[in-house]
Parts: sequence; C-alpha cells; structure tokens
Amino acid sequence: MSKKTLTFALMDPPYESENLTTAFRILDAAARRGHDLKVFAYEGASALAFAKQAPHPNPVHGKNLAEENHPTTKDQVAALLALAEASGGSVDWVNCGMCVDERGVGEFAAGRRGSPADLHTFTEASDGVLVIPTK
Amino acid sequence: MAKKTLNIVESAYRAVMEEQDDTVLWVLAAMQGAGAEHTVVLRGNAVNYAVTGQGAPALEVGKWKQTQAPRMDRDLVDLIEKRKMTVYAIEEDLALRGIDAAGLVPGVRPLSVKRLPGLMAEHQVVSHW
Repeated sequence: MSKKTLTFALMDPPYESENLTTAFRILDAAARRGHDLKVFAYEGASALAFAKQAPHPNPVHGKNLAEENHPTTKDQVAALLALAEASGGSVDWVNCGMCVDERGVGEFAAGRRGSPADLHTFTEASDGVLVIPTK
Repeated sequence: MAKKTLNIVESAYRAVMEEQDDTVLWVLAAMQGAGAEHTVVLRGNAVNYAVTGQGAPALEVGKWKQTQAPRMDRDLVDLIEKRKMTVYAIEEDLALRGIDAAGLVPGVRPLSVKRLPGLMAEHQVVSHW
C-alpha cells in the first residue's frame, strides 16, 4: 500500500461522546500503516491533548487509581504520535489556538498550536479528508 | 426520607468508552450512596443497556491500551443488586429493536409505555436524561 497523507478534523470534547473513540480507532489503524496524518483539533477537541488531564479513582466502581486506570485523551494523543513515528509515518496534531484560549487548555502534552489556516493547508496537501463533527 | 425520583434514561452509549461507564447511571449510583432514592426506566436506545453479554473491545492507540472497557450489563447488575434500585426497560422499545426479554439482565423489569404515566405519578421527581 502506498503511503498517503490523510487529514482529520475533530470537534468533540473529551468525555462527551463516542465520536472520539471512533476517531482514535481510525487514527490508530492509519498510523499503524505508516501514513502521514494531519489532525486539526477544533472546538472541544482542542482539549484532547491538554496537559493537566489526570486519571482518578472511581469509588462507584470500587476501584482505586491504579485499578480504574482511567483513560486520558492526552495519553492517547501522545501514543498516536509515538506509534506513527515507530511505523515510519507522522502525525501533525494541531490544536486550534483560539479554541484553546477560550477554554484555558493551552498547555499541550502533545501537538502544537495552530489555526484554521492549518486545516486549509492540510486539506490542500491530503489524499483524503475526514471530518468527524459534533452532532 | 429522600424524594422518590424516577429517572428516564434515553441517552445511550454517550462517552461510555472514555468514562468506562454511563455517566447518568454513574451519578445515580453515587447519589444513591448519598441517600437518594432512585428508580430507573430505560427507554429508546438505552434499553440496549439491559442486554446481557454485551461489550465493546477496549480502545488501543499505539502502546496505550485501555484495561477497563465498560460493560453496561454489569453496571445494571450493580444498580439492581448492590444499590437496590428498581430498573425498568420499556417493552415497546425492546420490541422495536428485536430484543427478547429472555436475554435481559436478571432483575430488569419490562414496562409497557402505557404504564409510564402511572409510574411517574408514584414519584415526587421525574428526571429525563
């Protein structure tokens, strides 16, 4: 399979819908195949890589911090970048700058600050574009 | 004595992978632990929570692996057995989805939508989630 450049636009915030689980499954599959991925994290999705996310214990589940092993999307973003690099591909993860300012989530565990101009640039350079919008 | 609250849960499978549970059922369980008195009615797509043996594969992204993927049937068992909550599922919504009552989590009570107004009248608070 030839290497492709693929753009993804995400909009959902973490912990609000199943859209991001679907997105990460697709991104993982694409990264494993060594494709070059461009991700524009827009609106609520700009919080996906927020560095201050923290896992927590869950007393309702009766589990401590380690047992609950609560997912954080910042770890998923970081794992995606590492996977792409190990697979011979790349991920350019862009967090919408105005979106992170609105939300106070400008400290990133992974990715960089950008703007809608990046999405335009990504789109122009890509073999395919997939928008996973908020519904 | 706590107000009797009827919780009609219609939103389903929203963020359950990331939260590792349903946030509505979770908050009801937590409130019950604080003294609340809840009854649950599953309707719409949420009736699927009552199907035994369900589960989605854990999310994996590179070397990051989820270890506690949600099990909605298990969470209902927790509500019924540990929290002593009554849980209903709307019969008509089960039928629309081809779900046989024989495959439901033990303790989940099928309820005709025609009986819902009467059930609402038995509660002091009705919350639609």
